Amino acid sequence: MDEVCRAIADPTRRAILDELVDRDGQSLFELCARLTLKHGIGSSRQAISQHLEVLQSAGLVRVEREGRYKFHWFHGEPLEEITRRWPTRTQGESDA
Amino acid sequence: MKINLSSIPVDDQEKALRFYTEKLGFQPKHDIPMGKHRWITLVSPEDPNGPELCLEPDEHPAVKPFKSALVEDGIPFTSFAVKDIAAEHKRLESLGVRFTQPPVDYGPVTAAVLDDTCGNLIQIAEGTMQ
Repeated sequence: MDEVCRAIADPTRRAILDELVDRDGQSLFELCARLTLKHGIGSSRQAISQHLEVLQSAGLVRVEREGRYKFHWFHGEPLEEITRRWPTRTQGESDA
Repeated sequence: MKINLSSIPVDDQEKALRFYTEKLGFQPKHDIPMGKHRWITLVSPEDPNGPELCLEPDEHPAVKPFKSALVEDGIPFTSFAVKDIAAEHKRLESLGVRFTQPPVDYGPVTAAVLDDTCGNLIQIAEGTMQ
């Protein structure tokens, strides 16, 4: 839980997740280009790699090798833990 | 000073010549025997007197690890301009060309990345960076 919260506390990491939701299975090059050109995030490729490592250890991103290429995939499951822990109540439920 | 030649390191000159002419559609300009290799350059049919692309053997030991590292991260070695990227993407996919990135709209430019089968990724782009 700590790792997931820490991972999504950073705006660049949230932008990475936004872009993977837009198109899953991206190379590091594509992600960096999207962040620079669509979000104005001018971080180095190395910095984005480090953000991706944080997202990976939180289980929000998985890296899969496909032959000579390496692609990044979004995994939303760890976020479900948050909504399970603090579920949205339907109206009237709190009075029960 | 002007740019008249750009080189791309290829693992097999003959295979590269076929890919860059038959799939990408460039035209051979020079093909001169040079010992065990050849001096091969190509031009675009849209600009036959324009800059030439040299298909250079990637024999130097430093080149292959460099190329693999770029490919792993999806980084293209160079970029070519196209008029209609959606049409080019469709045409090249139908010829069996592998894309690591489909056309992505970045705003001023839409770009895709393909595998040249000779150890490089190549970007094709519509529009220009202003």
